[in-house]
Amino acid sequence: MKKIHVSTTVNGDEIEFICPPGETLLDALRDRVGLKGAKEGCGTGDCGACTVEMNGEIVCSCLVLGAEAEGAKIKTVEGMTTGDRLHTLQQVFIDHAALQCGICTPGILVAAETLLERNPDPSETEIRYWLAGNLCRCTGYDKIIRAVQIAAAEMRGA
Amino acid sequence: MQYFKPQTAAEAADILAKSAGKARILAGGTDLLVQLKSGMIEPEMIVDIKHLDGMHDITQENGGYRIGAAVPGIKLGQHKGVVALWPGVVEACELIGSTQVQGRCTMVGNLCNGSPAADSVPAMVAANAVVRITGPEGTRDCPAFDIPTSPGKISLMPGEFITSVYLPARPKHASDAYLRFIPRTEMDIAVASAGVNLELAEDGTIRAARVVLGAVGPKVMLVEDAASAIIGSKLDDAAIDALTAACRAAASPIDDKRGTVEFRTQVVGVLAKRAAHIAMQRAGDQT
Repeated sequence: MKKIHVSTTVNGDEIEFICPPGETLLDALRDRVGLKGAKEGCGTGDCGACTVEMNGEIVCSCLVLGAEAEGAKIKTVEGMTTGDRLHTLQQVFIDHAALQCGICTPGILVAAETLLERNPDPSETEIRYWLAGNLCRCTGYDKIIRAVQIAAAEMRGA
Repeated sequence: MQYFKPQTAAEAADILAKSAGKARILAGGTDLLVQLKSGMIEPEMIVDIKHLDGMHDITQENGGYRIGAAVPGIKLGQHKGVVALWPGVVEACELIGSTQVQGRCTMVGNLCNGSPAADSVPAMVAANAVVRITGPEGTRDCPAFDIPTSPGKISLMPGEFITSVYLPARPKHASDAYLRFIPRTEMDIAVASAGVNLELAEDGTIRAARVVLGAVGPKVMLVEDAASAIIGSKLDDAAIDALTAACRAAASPIDDKRGTVEFRTQVVGVLAKRAAHIAMQRAGDQT
């Protein structure tokens, strides 16, 4: 099995890795690039724990091959901070306890950020539909939805 | 397993033909990677067609739109022209999976996966969509309806793959709609579904119609009796009753964990009725 050399951009940094052809982008990010933010939940594109942004759209990185990252622009939860400063969404999730075990949180943060970039003032329904592919087995979603609304309001005011 | 990124469509067709069924095509990958990881398939080669010319393009052509095989659902939904011309096709495609899946999934993949419950397929068939196929013998066009043959099976020959789907031009006062039933509000597979495409005459009666059902047979189902039941009408109660009855008569679903024969037969009639009303409303709203 011939390994593949991949040149890509992750969180603004140009990086390279070598992976087997069948390896997922999720495994490449975690085990070769060392970014452990994206998580494997289901591995079949149902739970959204592995959500990353790829060329401007969110994807399940468990359903992308590492080889497909060639020339792409990838953004993970690690790319949301500015220096030591957390993104508003991250800070609000902490302040309002919008997580319990935290496995789903990186995927939800990445997905919510792309929503707020397109729609700074989404309705509750819009948030629930946008995040329908991010499963959380702890919170019952209510605190997550409210945190996104609070973050959206803060970001509009900022 | 190898990962191969051909530079031209001809090169892709050549590799596919030589691989004798041991190669699989990768565009959005939302079905392929699931099948790969579960061990359902063990291909020797993955052929990534995303980078070929035109695969990501949506272009106007003779009053309709040609949509590249790698255009994901979310990009289709962002295209104002396609949304205005074929709202039923777009709403069907947007029902596939989550926002994350929408970032990758394609209509052509949905068609070629061969699932009788594929959401975009009844809407494409209702729209008279035509796919363009490249293969060892060159290029040919084929109605989307003729691609799926039975669950998981399609009619493409060895070496062939679909490069685009064409949604034709349509007259004024014409529109379409797609509805499916699932037991929740998002992220599920259709238990039954219906796509309806209507054209109105000057006096507001239906001049032409296509009524298509999903998930109630081994492949997508074009119900001509349902179309003739409403042609010439303004969807009065008698016409709607005849449409519903024709859909229920045509349906031949299976019993499985997602629905019974009785339930699917009942619901598919309701869905066709409601989709017809939505398409009628949309067609009438056009100025």
